[in-house]
Amino acid sequence: MAKLNPFKNKDVILIKDFTRDDLFYLFQKADKIERMPERDRICLLNGKILGYLFFEPSTRTRLSFEAAMLWLGGRTLGFAEPKVSSVEKGESLADTIRTVENYVDVIVMRHSKDGAASFAAEIASKPLINGGSGTEEHPTQAMLDLYTIIKEKGSIDNLKIGLLGDLKYGRTVYSLLYGLSKFNVEVKLISHPILRVRREIFFDLEKKVKISEHDNLEEILPDLDVLYVTRIQKERFPDLSEYERVKSSYNVNLKILQKAKDDLIILHPFPRIDEISPEVDSSPHAKYFKQMLNGRILRSALLASILDVPF
Amino acid sequence: MSEKELIVQKIVEGTVIDHIEAGKALHVLSVLGISGEEGKVITIAMNVPSKKYGKKDIIKIENAYLSPEITNKISLISPHTTVNIIKNYKVVEKRAIEIPDEFVGIFKCPNPNCITNSEETMATKFYVPSKNPPLLRCKYCGRIYSPNEVM
Ligand SMILES: [Zn+2]
Repeated sequence: MAKLNPFKNKDVILIKDFTRDDLFYLFQKADKIERMPERDRICLLNGKILGYLFFEPSTRTRLSFEAAMLWLGGRTLGFAEPKVSSVEKGESLADTIRTVENYVDVIVMRHSKDGAASFAAEIASKPLINGGSGTEEHPTQAMLDLYTIIKEKGSIDNLKIGLLGDLKYGRTVYSLLYGLSKFNVEVKLISHPILRVRREIFFDLEKKVKISEHDNLEEILPDLDVLYVTRIQKERFPDLSEYERVKSSYNVNLKILQKAKDDLIILHPFPRIDEISPEVDSSPHAKYFKQMLNGRILRSALLASILDVPF
Repeated sequence: MSEKELIVQKIVEGTVIDHIEAGKALHVLSVLGISGEEGKVITIAMNVPSKKYGKKDIIKIENAYLSPEITNKISLISPHTTVNIIKNYKVVEKRAIEIPDEFVGIFKCPNPNCITNSEETMATKFYVPSKNPPLLRCKYCGRIYSPNEVM
């Protein structure tokens, strides 16, 4: 019996809203789309339009969503930064949503305010995907992170996973932690003491997943199966002197990686600054470029599932 | 003064907030957003002997009827409080304060980056993920606060 599509017409705001089974449904669809002959694939979303509303610029996420839509024969329209939209003229988020949803079948939105995506989804009658809102969540990033781990490791259960860098402001960290809590994993949070995760994480996840906090990467590294590195995001610091204090706290390089397991994989949501040295790129540990490719495949599967085309 | 005497000094019309935790009457008024500048007659009694709790505070506001949405805010600082609505010397409604499951449009989210602080037409919404001790969680930004952080 074919499984019911849990993504049909659904908003994708928080990864918490989806079960482990929902995620596996999506991963299977992603595998299927990747193997599909081109002539079938490019007809999947023929005639469908994705609206992208990027109130906060993000070239990488926008390109990935656009590529995902085009790859299935769909089209896109939208704005890549608020400067070119009526938002700059003071239009409310609610009015922008009510306008754009008349022209599109599905919306992806990115916004700098916390909770903007939940609010926009309440307004919109078309399905809305959170492409990152404030410091809060970036659910499709977490989905593609989990998908990459499964593809590389065969499974997520029983892995030791380290999250390194900006754990306080990095929204990908929050989504990934909520995503990982659906699996049987051990999570090690490695950061400068002032960049520890917010207390909501412990409130929500303490009983669901084994989490510990550390500040020394070298001590933890030999244990890890996956190292997830994040950039320290200057733009999110309310106090820039705080940023100056922590900006180069960690650097992953070939020397430090000598302590790692041979099959450790390194992921990064990108863009990076200096937290991973370029020399690591050609090592077998580096999976972050594959991760980007997986992003497009997974987002294609998500769009096709939300729009409920048969495949 | 005994508890009895105070209750006997009934008001004609208005709201009596009784069994407030001793010493918290002024905090309760500020949570209710009552400054006194509204011009209503307000009587505050503090640290009054109480059979049930040893000591308590009482507030009487004449000619004002406070709604449950407003008085439920008190539950976060003084959980055993009762509210009596008085009309023509009679108690027409007596209600126990309860911590509701959510507060809609009552508090402002303290997170300056929360969407509720920039979208003007939007009502804030806080869930109560735990009642003892009470905690509030913004429906939109997901941040968790203790009551004194939002009041
Ligand atoms: Zn909030």
